Amino acid sequence: MEGKKVSATVGSSEKKEGATESGSEQLSQTAAAAATTTTGTTATASAAGVAKTIEVRDVNLFYGDFHAVEDVNLTIQPNKVTALIGSSGCGKTTFLRSLNRMHELTPGARVEGHITLDGEDMYARGVDPVRVRRLVGMVFQQPNPFPTMSIYDNVASGLNLNAGKIKKSQRDAVVERSLRGANLWEEVKDRLDKPGLGLSGGQQQRLCIARAIAVEPEVLLMDEPCSALDPVATLAIEDLIGELKSRYTIVIVTHNMQQAARASDLTAFFNLEESGKPGRLVEVGETEMIFTNPTEKATEDYVSGRFG
Amino acid sequence: MATLSAPPGGQLASGLLPKWAPYAVFAGSAAFSAAVLAATGAFTIALMLVFGVLVSCVAIYTWSRAVEGPRRAFDRTMTMAIAAAFGLAMIPLASLLFEVISRGLPGLSLEFLTEDARGKIGGGGAAHALVGTLVITGVAAIISVPIGIMAAIYLTEYGTGKLSKALTFFVDVMTGIPSIVAGLFAYALFELFLGPGIRLGVMGSVALSVLMIPIVIRSAEEVLKIVPNHLREAAYALGTPKWKTITKIVLPTAFAGLVTGVMLAVARIIGETAPLLVTTGVIDSINSDPFDGRMQNLAVYAYSEYRSPGIDKAASYDRAWAAALLLIAIVMILNVVARLVYRRYKTEIHR
Repeated sequence: MEGKKVSATVGSSEKKEGATESGSEQLSQTAAAAATTTTGTTATASAAGVAKTIEVRDVNLFYGDFHAVEDVNLTIQPNKVTALIGSSGCGKTTFLRSLNRMHELTPGARVEGHITLDGEDMYARGVDPVRVRRLVGMVFQQPNPFPTMSIYDNVASGLNLNAGKIKKSQRDAVVERSLRGANLWEEVKDRLDKPGLGLSGGQQQRLCIARAIAVEPEVLLMDEPCSALDPVATLAIEDLIGELKSRYTIVIVTHNMQQAARASDLTAFFNLEESGKPGRLVEVGETEMIFTNPTEKATEDYVSGRFG
Repeated sequence: MATLSAPPGGQLASGLLPKWAPYAVFAGSAAFSAAVLAATGAFTIALMLVFGVLVSCVAIYTWSRAVEGPRRAFDRTMTMAIAAAFGLAMIPLASLLFEVISRGLPGLSLEFLTEDARGKIGGGGAAHALVGTLVITGVAAIISVPIGIMAAIYLTEYGTGKLSKALTFFVDVMTGIPSIVAGLFAYALFELFLGPGIRLGVMGSVALSVLMIPIVIRSAEEVLKIVPNHLREAAYALGTPKWKTITKIVLPTAFAGLVTGVMLAVARIIGETAPLLVTTGVIDSINSDPFDGRMQNLAVYAYSEYRSPGIDKAASYDRAWAAALLLIAIVMILNVVARLVYRRYKTEIHR
């Protein structure tokens, strides 16, 4: 088969369709190998590969007086991809941002209820949101590499900003491992010192994923990571999500049903009964069940496109 | 005019005036106005231009309406009016530059730039004023830039409540302080501690920083505001503390704009005269220590050379013009440097 030949030269195989699968397999193996070799030496790597469970109990989210999301109860399982779907304005993104305490950055926003990360309440008194965010990383809708930094510095930014002094060799290893983990290494290894903004949209988004996984989070939140990307770049990100779930707990917000169906293991459907009312979690379950045999009428209407 | 074709039959195309039409209309209108004014015996160049603009607005409207239709006719009339307004605004600038350069160049010499005026009756240079201007402004910038940028950081990154509203309000008030009041404030402040009649370079710097701080705050605030929020969020999501997000992400992203704002603020205060007259005094020799005695500067130098000329009045006036030219040149250089810095370091921000 052609695939075998090409997999020997992984670098150039990325774009060839026939070779994509074996190529990326190879990549993930090398990435895993890189991860294991550096685990012992990297200061921040102690938590590598420990995906965590997030328990959400009776969570209500507010913007000032506006009740945005009501009474969410949900268990987000480790090493699974959980997709949040629902119409615009129903609070998916707001809910996602409450999972790493980004919600409260909006002036007037507040959270009621309990969200625990492996049993530890992340909203307990005395919990520093900065520590929560180190464990729960996030990828945004718009690719947002730091415009002043090169590709290398973007990936290393989490370490440079937070980890204090580390040896250059260690940093090099983390950058390479993260870029390999984001399936971007072969495309950028020769121009690591070029600005991150010089990459294409899809590459920028993978750069942002590399930046997020460079700090070894335990959970990765993704807020419509593909909505600004073309179908080819979207496919690359979806493949990547499939690989990343072996090491992280992943929560992804998406408007794209096919994406939820393709990329996720569990799906949670949020709905807004009418505008002005808070959004609610209608139903959560195995993705296949949600898309083929949902228990709620609203879910069926939404996933089958008969909504509104 | 009669030779102009009727609008073609298509739905999209219509007639179009030739490219030279606006210029020709203006030239024709000016000539027409000149002729009418000459006939009535009231000819001046200014009147000719004023009437020329008015007549050409009417003429281009009529012509364009006949050929191109009402929308384009209105567009052409407005273009003509705006071009005239631009020309009007350029007249003072051009005439000022012409006057200062033509009168200042003769007095500008190596001696003017390198020698002071100590003991040189009716002669000497302005080196002491040049040094004074640079020192006083430099110290003012050292005082103002940290205060201004930190205040702007507070306003954009931290302030949400009443304090930030009050701060914004008082910054606006400060922008409107007359410069002489700033000078008197600095004088009163130092007199309180050092006794009456005190004159120091640093007093001038304090007076100038009262004027400079609000400008720096305003420009820095604008620049920090346009740093997109998603960059801050990206840093937060990596577990970055707020102060590091500001120092490592927000400030570097806004660097070019911050430098430009500071340069322009310096350019704005470097020519102040009144506050320095009451704080730094007048002196003939070079003094580069802002904490020791009187200090001359270019604006006050130009003023005093004109106000109390030496025996050779013409030479004194020449020196005043030369000092003015030097000051304008410094401001120009600062502006150009600000632009270069901006171009070199500006951050492309995708939204």
